[in-house]
Amino acid sequence: MSKNNLLVSLENAGIYKSPKWLIRGVSLEVKSGQIVTLIGPNGSGKTTTAKMVLNILEPDEGSLKRYTNKIAYVPQKINIDWTMPLRVVDFMRLTNNLSNNEIIESLNQTGVEKLFKEQIHGLSGGEFQRVLLARAIAKKPELLVLDEPVQGVDFNGEIDLYNIIKNISANLNCGILLVSHDLHFVMTATDHVVCLNGHICCSGKPSSVIKDKAYIELFGEHRSKTLTYYQHDHDHTHASDGSVSS
Amino acid sequence: MLDDFFTRALVAGIGIAIITGPLGCLVIWRRLSYFGDTLAHSALLGVTLAYAFSLNIAFSVFVISAVIALLLLNLQKRTRLAGDSLLGLLAHSTLAIGLVLMGFLSSIRFDIMGLLFGDILAVTLQDIALVWIGGFIILGILYFIWKSLFSATVNYDLASAEGMKPNIYNMIFTLLLAGVIALSIKMIGTLLITGLLIIPAAASRNITNNPKQMVFVAILIGILSVTIGLFTSLELNTSSGPSIIVIALILFIISLIPLELRGKLQK
Repeated sequence: MSKNNLLVSLENAGIYKSPKWLIRGVSLEVKSGQIVTLIGPNGSGKTTTAKMVLNILEPDEGSLKRYTNKIAYVPQKINIDWTMPLRVVDFMRLTNNLSNNEIIESLNQTGVEKLFKEQIHGLSGGEFQRVLLARAIAKKPELLVLDEPVQGVDFNGEIDLYNIIKNISANLNCGILLVSHDLHFVMTATDHVVCLNGHICCSGKPSSVIKDKAYIELFGEHRSKTLTYYQHDHDHTHASDGSVSS
Repeated sequence: MLDDFFTRALVAGIGIAIITGPLGCLVIWRRLSYFGDTLAHSALLGVTLAYAFSLNIAFSVFVISAVIALLLLNLQKRTRLAGDSLLGLLAHSTLAIGLVLMGFLSSIRFDIMGLLFGDILAVTLQDIALVWIGGFIILGILYFIWKSLFSATVNYDLASAEGMKPNIYNMIFTLLLAGVIALSIKMIGTLLITGLLIIPAAASRNITNNPKQMVFVAILIGILSVTIGLFTSLELNTSSGPSIIVIALILFIISLIPLELRGKLQK
């Protein structure tokens, strides 16, 4: 696969839900090995856009073109009722036939291989997010869509997971569409940022987006400025291999 | 051996329990118990039509149930009334239409009690063939669509995003459910079918910890309920359907005990 292989593209797409457009005029592309991030305030259409890319929602205008079927998805919210007895291992096999080894390997990557036989209902929010991510990785997708993948994960865990996400993009050479609130990660680790608020406010490389007027208006001058000098304001340091040493 | 009415009932009943096990699990996972009830209520209309036009009862019930299921999908697109209101509307109006139609067919004698609660004496060799062949087809289809259906049951969006086509499989599932109701109406009766779908599955959930296990234990509990229920009904001269459901309930209560014990042991 060539490095700039186009995986999916939205052209001027929009979703109408009476009485208004949830999102309109979205054009974006995800290519192999690229991390594209959607940012924007609540209700700005981030999840709706992700669902269009996944073909869960069909655009009411505009079009979607997809060039791969190997897609994995980490939804923003999953509620699994107690009525459904489900172990982590069953959940890992939800849309894919995987061997136990493949499952353990993926769980290992997100640091939760010990949960293999646990009931899904007994997991904490953070553990569940890690299992969700492991499940998505296990599919070895060409396109990975992550909707707020670190919610409920503690601070160190967040850094972990974001590192994993960066690694996935590099190792599997898959394209990633990420919905995130974490502007810090967005600005330092992603290739392309799309800033939404019912439509595309601005988009481009992170370095150019943070200078964009629309972006500053949306996130406030303070936050957008602090980000520039927050870039390396950690309470710990990274070893050369990316692992955290405090 | 199959000359004996009781053996016939047992063979047919066990066949039904094998089908209702897996479908019952899906019904409770998907919170569709009231939907099953609605289909069962509409079955009365199906039976009436079968008598009126001399159709096969199971076939007629299946067609009516399928029509009701499609009507429901259509209604959901047209109104914002909650699902349970729509189900109530469909359940009781089809039940009423069935009863009204029955009034017009005064020349035919209906065994209302048999319709509502099932009739052990009425099971024929033909019924047995229908249950086992029909059941084989239903379970065969279920086996092939299990992965897609199951993933859609856990999370619709996830299944949809990862190419599992949940729309199609949800539709097929609805038809399978209509099929089960059609097959079991004669044994269990319209009022109690949902019980045979739900109670063994619910009891099974109490003592299992993964989906496949839950399905198999639900089948086992269903078979036990049918077998013990039929013997009881023979012994005590009670209706077959209610006897089966009462036994299922008793098994459900027993299934609660291990949970309680486990709770105490952990303390």
